Amino acid sequence: MITLSHYIVLGAILFCIAVAGLFINRKNVIVLLMAIELMLLAVNTNFVAFSRFFGDVGGQVFVFFILTVAAAESAIGLAILVLLFRNRSTINVAEIDSMKG
Amino acid sequence: MSLSLSILLTIALAPLVGAILAGLFGKLIGRAGAHTATILGVAIACGLSFYVLYQLVWGGAQNFNQDVYTWFEIGRFHASVGFMIDRLTAMMMVVVTFVSLLVHLYTIGYMAEDPSYQRFFSYISLFTFSMLMLVMSNNFMQLFFGWEAVGLVSYLLIGFWYKRPTAIFANLKAFLVNRVGDFGFLLGISAILYFMGTLDYQTAFDHAPELVGKTLQITQNHAWDAATVIGILLFIGAMGKSAQVPLHVWLPDSMEGPTPISALIHAATMVTAGIFMVARMSPIFELTEGALSFILVIGSTTALFTGLIGIVQNDIKRVIAYSTLSQLGYMTVALGVSAYSGAVFHLMTHAFFKALLFLGAGSVIMGMHHEQDMRYMGGLGKHMKITCITMWIGSLALAGTPFFAGFYSKDAIIEAVGESHRWGAGYAYFCVLAGVFVTSLYSFRLLYMTFHGKERFRVEPKAHGHGHDVHAVHHDAAHAAAAHHDDAHGSHDIVQDDDDHHGTPGVLEHAPHESPWVVTVPLVLLAIPSIIIGGLTVGPMLFGDWFGKAIHVDEANNVLAEVGHEFHGAIAMGLHGFIQLPFLLALAGFLVATVIYLFKPSIADKIKNALMPVYNLLDHKYWIDELYFAVFAKGGVKLGEGLSKVGDTAIIDGAIVNGSANLVQRIAGGVRRLQSGFLFHYVFAMILGLILLLGGYWLIGQ
Repeated sequence: MITLSHYIVLGAILFCIAVAGLFINRKNVIVLLMAIELMLLAVNTNFVAFSRFFGDVGGQVFVFFILTVAAAESAIGLAILVLLFRNRSTINVAEIDSMKG
Repeated sequence: MSLSLSILLTIALAPLVGAILAGLFGKLIGRAGAHTATILGVAIACGLSFYVLYQLVWGGAQNFNQDVYTWFEIGRFHASVGFMIDRLTAMMMVVVTFVSLLVHLYTIGYMAEDPSYQRFFSYISLFTFSMLMLVMSNNFMQLFFGWEAVGLVSYLLIGFWYKRPTAIFANLKAFLVNRVGDFGFLLGISAILYFMGTLDYQTAFDHAPELVGKTLQITQNHAWDAATVIGILLFIGAMGKSAQVPLHVWLPDSMEGPTPISALIHAATMVTAGIFMVARMSPIFELTEGALSFILVIGSTTALFTGLIGIVQNDIKRVIAYSTLSQLGYMTVALGVSAYSGAVFHLMTHAFFKALLFLGAGSVIMGMHHEQDMRYMGGLGKHMKITCITMWIGSLALAGTPFFAGFYSKDAIIEAVGESHRWGAGYAYFCVLAGVFVTSLYSFRLLYMTFHGKERFRVEPKAHGHGHDVHAVHHDAAHAAAAHHDDAHGSHDIVQDDDDHHGTPGVLEHAPHESPWVVTVPLVLLAIPSIIIGGLTVGPMLFGDWFGKAIHVDEANNVLAEVGHEFHGAIAMGLHGFIQLPFLLALAGFLVATVIYLFKPSIADKIKNALMPVYNLLDHKYWIDELYFAVFAKGGVKLGEGLSKVGDTAIIDGAIVNGSANLVQRIAGGVRRLQSGFLFHYVFAMILGLILLLGGYWLIGQ
């Protein structure tokens, strides 16, 4: 029997993988975008699970909103990435440090 | 019958209008316009002042006391401009405007060649206005306004020839020394406001008896008597303005100003403001024996010791300046023994004969082509008859010869001091008696050195101005050309130093000459009151109740009334004066001066050599100037340097201004290392923050 806690643990694991991806990754900005997507998915998993468990359809509606926003965000993120590459000729995270104080 | 406000306003404002016309529109109205406007203004004020005096004394007019204009209001405190006119004020107004009028007239002659003619007239008219505001005031605020205004004009006039470094030094000195006095004066006024809640004269005087028993906690464990504190503070103001020891140092230096100013401001009127003020505040001063004793000691010290300096001075104006100091000391002594009317009476007679002496000295200086050193004078009597005679009259009055004006006032003061039992009266009596001898000595020394004896100057006509003689003597064309050459040089010299000494001391280009009528007429007009004013007014002013309620003397302190028991008319007093000690002392001074300076000038040098330490002491004015310079001027500079180094450079600049910037920079320098620019560091910080936040909530929830 798959209970609610399975879903929540799955969401938490997904979220932790995403966080680890954010700051262990030293190579690629695309991986950062993917990690952010993964975070949102972890949240979505939780939403769907709670929605099903409580019988409230509102949570699933939220998921659609988040997916839409995530798609838009990815589009913008990739556009910025293209510009960044055009200007700096690199997408290596370790080399992007122009905000250094 | 009462005085009309419009007349009083006209008296005060007419000189101001003249000053504005001459000062701001001087170029427009020209030299003649400037002196016409100012003289007209002062003449109107003078005529109306005489009318006011006449109305008060013979016309039966009531005293006038009314606010005219609200100056400003701060909360319940109300400062107004108003006039309080009684006989004391009216007398001062007449003295001020009369002397001022004559000085205006005299100035036409004295300043004829000065390029800043209009400016000078503007200043002296402004002075007349300020002085009138001072004496006519009915409240302390306006008094203080007048007090500062006359100080300002005095500053401007001492430094009138602003290209001379000595004049600038002198006017700065006068201003600074007066600041010391004014600070005390301001504190005194504040104390009056604190205790009485008002600055109006009449209200303050009516409530003055309530001061008795009130105290002021100044120092720990010791409560000061309120009236004494007020009295001493106010008198410190008078010490500055009336040049009493130890604030007397500015007055001799003020002789750097043009001579008419020395006569008007630094002898006849402004310096007597302090005396007038104390007399005006007599209801307050009468409450305090302590302050009056203080006044008495200061005054008697001034009277004797500044007179002594006058004996060794060689500059004709400085001798008279020290004489002024000494006479101001006499007035102060009179105030100190509660003989206020005696002080005011001496103020009046002194104003006439001292103005006369100064204007006479000015005339001598003009005649000698701006030579002021008496060592290069002598024998001027035959060149300048009117000046010589009027100066003799002035000096006789100053020395206290019976029947002259100065005799009545000075003798009354000396006798009043003799009658007084106040603490310090014995010392004062000695000082004023010794002062008589000293006064007589320096007065006649001045006369002999200037007008009599051998001529100690040479007249060496330069070639210029005598071109015709040169031509007549030398027919030779080459010599004539040389003469022309000299001529050019001569006029060049004159252009270079137009108002300073010419060439070597004691060598004149022209023989000394009598001054024009605009100079001699004021001398004659001042000589007349110098002779008669004392005898005419001594009875009512000193011993009658002439001043009425304007001057308040406690019955127990009324020394003049005791002197008055023996008064049987001015003539009897004059005759009696011949057998009195002061006259004998004056006679002794006269004889000593005659022997030394007329017949045997060599004695003077012998005495000088025999008493070298004393001579040095007097010649250096007791080293007071040097002391002040070393302590206050140098000390002030040192203090300033110290404060600048420690306070400004180290604390304000170093610690506060640059220090705070440095601190920010240092903190920022540490913090900026946190900002690596790497995204993963920021993310790590975010996660860490999130964990801490959630962990914190969780802990609190426990």
